[in-house]
Amino acid sequence: MSGFMEKSNRRKYFLEKLSGKLFLICAFISVISLALIISFVFFKGFRPFVAEGYNFIQFLLGYDWVPGEGHFGVFPMIVTSLYATIGALIIGVPIGLFTAVFLAEIAPKPIVKILSPAVQLLAGIPSVLFGVFGLAVIVPFLQNYLGLAKGQSLIAVIIVLAIMMLPTIVTVSETAIRSVPQSYREGSLALGVSEMRTIFKVVIPAAKSGIMAAIVLGMGRAIGETMAVILVAGNSLMIPTSLTDSVRPLTTNIALEMGYAAGIHQEMLFATGIVLFSFILILNFILAKISAKGGQ
Amino acid sequence: MKTAVQLPKNNSFQPQNNKNAKISVHNFNLFYGEKQALFDISLDINEKEITALIGPSGCGKSTFLRSINRMNDLIDNVKVSGEIFIDNENIYRSNDVIKLRTKVGMVFQKPNLFPMSIYDNVAYGPRMHGIKNKKVLNHIVEESLRGAAIWDEVKDRLKSSALGLSGGQQQRVCIARAIAMKPEVILMDEPTSALDPISTLKVEELLSQMKENYTIVIVTHNMQQAARVSDRTAFFLNGEVIEYDTTDTIFSVPKDKRTEEYITGRFG
Repeated sequence: MSGFMEKSNRRKYFLEKLSGKLFLICAFISVISLALIISFVFFKGFRPFVAEGYNFIQFLLGYDWVPGEGHFGVFPMIVTSLYATIGALIIGVPIGLFTAVFLAEIAPKPIVKILSPAVQLLAGIPSVLFGVFGLAVIVPFLQNYLGLAKGQSLIAVIIVLAIMMLPTIVTVSETAIRSVPQSYREGSLALGVSEMRTIFKVVIPAAKSGIMAAIVLGMGRAIGETMAVILVAGNSLMIPTSLTDSVRPLTTNIALEMGYAAGIHQEMLFATGIVLFSFILILNFILAKISAKGGQ
Repeated sequence: MKTAVQLPKNNSFQPQNNKNAKISVHNFNLFYGEKQALFDISLDINEKEITALIGPSGCGKSTFLRSINRMNDLIDNVKVSGEIFIDNENIYRSNDVIKLRTKVGMVFQKPNLFPMSIYDNVAYGPRMHGIKNKKVLNHIVEESLRGAAIWDEVKDRLKSSALGLSGGQQQRVCIARAIAMKPEVILMDEPTSALDPISTLKVEELLSQMKENYTIVIVTHNMQQAARVSDRTAFFLNGEVIEYDTTDTIFSVPKDKRTEEYITGRFG
C-alpha cells in the first residue's frame, strides 16, 4: 500500500514541477516577444546612424522627408503627433471626465445601465471603423459646413482621436471616482455643501491619481493610433500651422511607406518607430509613477 | 406656542412639550422602500443638552439621527411621514437641505477627514460657504480646533495631511470641522466606537464642554457612555422609541421592562 502511495506521490510532484515550468514558459513568451520587438526595431532603426553616417539629431530635427534624395527628417511628424494628441486631450478629457462624473455620481441607475455598456462598446469598435466614420462624416462636415478646402486635416485627426480616447478616459476615471469612499461625500454634504461642489472639491481631488492614469492611458491610445488617422489626416509632410492643414503623424508615416520601402528608407522608418516607442515608454513611466503615488 | 401640530390621541408616547425643546419630533415614520425602519417616533430634544440614543444594532437609532439632518435623502427609495421641527421649522417641508445641514452638523462613526491638510479640512466648510478672507479663516480654524480640544496637538502641523493623525485626533478634527460651520445642533453617530479608551475619554470630556454651546444628539452602543455624558436618553428597539427620559431615570428606574433588560445587559 505504502509503495503505491509513494509512486503516485512521485508522479504528483513531477506534474507539479512540470506545470510550474509550463507556466514559466508561457510567462516568458510575452517578455521574449517584447525583447525581440524592441531589439529588432532598435537594431534596424539605429543602423543608419551607426553604420551609414546619418546624424540622429538631424533626423529628429530635420524638416524634409524625401527618401529618394536621402533626406530623412521627422520633425514635422513629431510636431504633428504632439499637436494631435494634445488637441485630442483638450477635447476628450473634459468630455470623458464629465461623462465619468455623470455615470458615477449623478445618473440614475437605468441611465447608467444604458450608457455604461455603450461607452464600453465604443472601446471595442475596430479602429479602422473610426477612420471610416471620420472619412464619411467628419471630413465632409468640415468641407461642407466649415468651408475647408480639404476636410482631411489636423482638426479631423483631433476629433477622431478624441472620440477614440473617450472610452479609456471614461471607464478608468469612473472606476476611480466610484472608489472614493462614501464617507468623504457624506462628510462634505453634512457640512451643508451642495452635491456638485462636493463632487468637484472632494470627490474628484480624491480620485485625482486614477483620473491622471486615465488621461495618460488615453494619451497612449491617441499617440499610437494609426489606422483611423491615416484615413483622415491627409498625410501631407509639413509642420501644421493651423488646424485645417493636412498632416502626417509618426504612426501613419510608418504604415504608409513600410510596404514599398527598402534599404536605408526602411531603416529610417524603423527609426521613426523608435521615436514613437520612446513617447509610449515615457508615458508608461509617467503612468507607473502616478499609480505608485495613488497606491500610497 | 411651540407646537403648532396637534398630536393624535392614540399616540402612546407624549413629548414633554418642554419650552427648551430645540428639536421636536412628531409621529415620524421612515420607510426604506416597503420596509418600515422607524415607527411613529415622537420626542423633544432640549437645547444645550446631550441626548443619547441607545439600543441594539439595527434598532433605527442611526437612521433616526440621520433623519435630523436629512442625510437619509442620499439613499434611494427613502420615504418619510410625520414632522421634525428644529426651532419650530419643519425641516421636511423646506427643501433647503444646505441651510439645514449648516445649522445641524454631524460627526460620523469613523473619522472621515478629507485627504487634505488639517487646516484645509477645518476651513473646508467655511470656504465652501464663501469665506475667502485669510485672517477670518485662520481665526475660524484656530477657534474650531480649540473648541474640539485638539489645537495644542496640531497647531504646529496644520499644513500637513490630516490623515497622518491618530484615529482619536482625527475624530476631534472632525468635530472641529463640524464646529467650524457654527452649527446649533451637532449629531454624533457613535463617534467613539472606532477609538481607543483614552481617545474615547478625551472625546467624552469634550462633549461635556461642548454642551454649553451646542445641542448634541449622540448615538452610542456604549451604555456607560450614555450614562456618563448624556442628560437624556432615548431607548430604541425595532424602530420604536420604547422609553425616553432623563438619563438618571432611564438608568436607575426604567419604566419599561425591555429598557431594564437592555441596560442590564440581558440582550442587545
